[in-house]
Amino acid sequence: MFSPTRRELLTSTAVALLIAPHAARAAIVKGALPWTAAAADPPSVVRPGPWLYFTADEAGAIEALVDRLIPADDLTPGGRDLGCAVFIDRQLAGPQGRYEGRYMSGPFQAGTKQQGDQSPLTAARRYRAALAALDRYCRDKYAKAFAQLADADKDTVIGGLEHGTIKLDGTDSAAFFKLLLTDTQNGFLADPIYGGNKDMAAWRMIGFPGARYDYREWVERHNERFPLPPVGISSHPSWSQ
Amino acid sequence: MATKLPHKDAVIIGLGWTGSILGYELADAGLDVVAIERGPWRDPAVSFPVSYAQDELRYRLQHELFLRPAQSTVTFRNKTSETALPVRNWGAFMLGNGVGGAGVHWNAETWRFLPSDFVLRTHLTQRYGDKFLPDDMTIQDWGVTFDELEPHYDRFERLCGTSGTAGNLKGKIQDGGNPFEGARSRPYPTPAQKQPFSYTLFAKAARELGYKPFPQPSGNLSQAYTNPLGVKLGQCTYCGFCEWFGCANYSKASPQTTILPALVRKPSFEARTDCEVTRINLDSTKKRATGVTYVDTSGNEWEQPADLVLLCAFQLFNVQLLLISGVGTPYDPQSRNGQIGRNFSHQTVSGGIGFFDKDKYIFNPFIASGSIGMCIDEFNGDNFDHGPLGFVGGGYMGHVQTNGRPIQTTPVPPGTPAWGSAWKRAVRDNYLSSVDNAGAGVHASMYSYQTNYLDLDPTYKDRFGRPLMRMTMDFHDNEIKMSAYLTEKFAAIIKQMGAKQVVASPRKGPYDVTAYQTSHLCGGAIMGADPKSSAVNRYLQSWDVPNLFVMGASAFPQNAGYNPTGTVGALAFWAADALRSQYLKNPGPLVHA
Repeated sequence: MFSPTRRELLTSTAVALLIAPHAARAAIVKGALPWTAAAADPPSVVRPGPWLYFTADEAGAIEALVDRLIPADDLTPGGRDLGCAVFIDRQLAGPQGRYEGRYMSGPFQAGTKQQGDQSPLTAARRYRAALAALDRYCRDKYAKAFAQLADADKDTVIGGLEHGTIKLDGTDSAAFFKLLLTDTQNGFLADPIYGGNKDMAAWRMIGFPGARYDYREWVERHNERFPLPPVGISSHPSWSQ
Repeated sequence: MATKLPHKDAVIIGLGWTGSILGYELADAGLDVVAIERGPWRDPAVSFPVSYAQDELRYRLQHELFLRPAQSTVTFRNKTSETALPVRNWGAFMLGNGVGGAGVHWNAETWRFLPSDFVLRTHLTQRYGDKFLPDDMTIQDWGVTFDELEPHYDRFERLCGTSGTAGNLKGKIQDGGNPFEGARSRPYPTPAQKQPFSYTLFAKAARELGYKPFPQPSGNLSQAYTNPLGVKLGQCTYCGFCEWFGCANYSKASPQTTILPALVRKPSFEARTDCEVTRINLDSTKKRATGVTYVDTSGNEWEQPADLVLLCAFQLFNVQLLLISGVGTPYDPQSRNGQIGRNFSHQTVSGGIGFFDKDKYIFNPFIASGSIGMCIDEFNGDNFDHGPLGFVGGGYMGHVQTNGRPIQTTPVPPGTPAWGSAWKRAVRDNYLSSVDNAGAGVHASMYSYQTNYLDLDPTYKDRFGRPLMRMTMDFHDNEIKMSAYLTEKFAAIIKQMGAKQVVASPRKGPYDVTAYQTSHLCGGAIMGADPKSSAVNRYLQSWDVPNLFVMGASAFPQNAGYNPTGTVGALAFWAADALRSQYLKNPGPLVHA
């Protein structure tokens, strides 16, 4: 959402460009509220299809990871079938993966915990480095890629990253685990247009009605279960494909 | 080389709440006014329409409506002995961007400060003696009183249509309102919002414990409202997408929904958007502002001359522009000399989560508004005896959960695994039957200290090559003790509601720039009666440069136990009144030191 959008480029009768229109977004507003029909900036719907960021090997590992973080059980299908890996792939391929909004000027130096993340690496580069190191670790220890491990071994490796007992070379393993877990759970719980939460399975699981916008009739209906199923932002059928 | 533009009577830096109010008042007084805004124009129908405003990932997690740190950020350290490092991604606070400023994404909790808050040092030393306050606590009186501000609080509430229940009407305590509030001249413009189930349980529990709960004053309106400017707001629909989000429904008070439609029709007003002011220009005496210099999105530099400069940016950027422009004297934490950057404060937020029996309680947490909730004020300000407690300050507390958005509001009991089926089951079992006030239930003051301050960073620059603001900030024992005391009181109310488990989270040090509290940064260009210890006088006029006025929470000498916007709005109307009734007739210092 960080790159210039149609909305930011809009002009209208109330908006006169200060300088050359092809280059400028700076604008003067005078006399009336600026308005252009159909100027909104809806999110683009994630389509299934080839990986945009991950290599085939990386994608295999990510699908296996998200499927253990969000395992299939009686509550929902697993993270892979719900699209969590697709969600992460599309995020990493875009401005979020490049940390476009972050302050990324140097000098970079380690600070205190209270000073926050000071790494010069983008999210996309952190995934690339950590997945390569994970692959080396698993081939070294189990002679297999992560995706080929038995579920119990996968869980042992994930738990080792979580608790810092497994250190992947050249990468901050605990920080990577946190990033991966956050992204996976975001994909699980976000609106399905971003590629995860297929069929709004996570929302059905907890009873969240989704992108509804008017609960006035329900404010004072206390201790009653809200009866309607969830809705998403977009009604496009590709949600659930 | 800047291109010089035609002269204006007044230039406004930043078109948020205070810029809009000052813009309207000055254009209404007949001045030729230009407002220069760093970010884009924002309009509900385009920027966050009802068809996709309910997007937790985009607006909450990915900060769609906020300033990007890549545009500008701050550096941070706890102590002067450390090297400050940049805040690379927002954490402890969120900074707005674009027309409407933080008034777009706020929760619209619209409080007034207590009368004693405005005379804090005088009040506390009178009640507890000279020795009670820590030596390094630098709290001050404001130089303005609650009674002087009351009509201006009223104007801001009328502008917003604030929904609430009066607690003190002309000195007479009212049932159902906040009995501790200062005397108000009139009731709120609209009645309080309705309360969903869990909030009524909180009120019942608070009453059982002997407190006097009242509905939180809300800028999410209980009913449709037309304000004195003729601008109409709709009824809040309790959608649960309020803080961090814009309101697609025109029912949250914001500059967009209360004042901009009237302001842009003023023939002598214009706004320039996506233009960032890089400095305030002074003449050779440094006692008079000649206008501002700004840069547009193509990198072209413009000089806007003006007779009057209104600095209406966010707190941090007000202070940054003063320091970069050479207005006043930078604060020195060793000698305590200098005014710009002193008394920088934030907030002390804490709270807790209550887990209830899922077979007995269905709270539907997604039915909420930004300023929903029932609160008590028994532990705010000096509403309680601090004598035996060994700290000063306090806050309101309440069940004020604003949402049930699933990425961030799916609390699980301690000990739950962070992933896997056990995590999923705990999320499922607790979503509808917990009250999550972990980061909001206790909204308490942060007083000011000698070593909490702002100055220019020696290393890190913004995209224009200007030094970033450097914040040196830590929690002090006073606030830690206060938070422990208040959080225990709060947890007892949640327990009384019937929670089977309460997980309390008192605020602990050190101050952490990664942990969200509130976006209520205060001070750095504070108001006061003495030019040695304040940057602006009681009318928010610069002591050093009398044709410069500095609005906003940068004027707060310390933070109180409330959300700041009501007071920011009241101060803007108070300053506007002084400009119209005094300054414009006779430009010059309004207070002679």
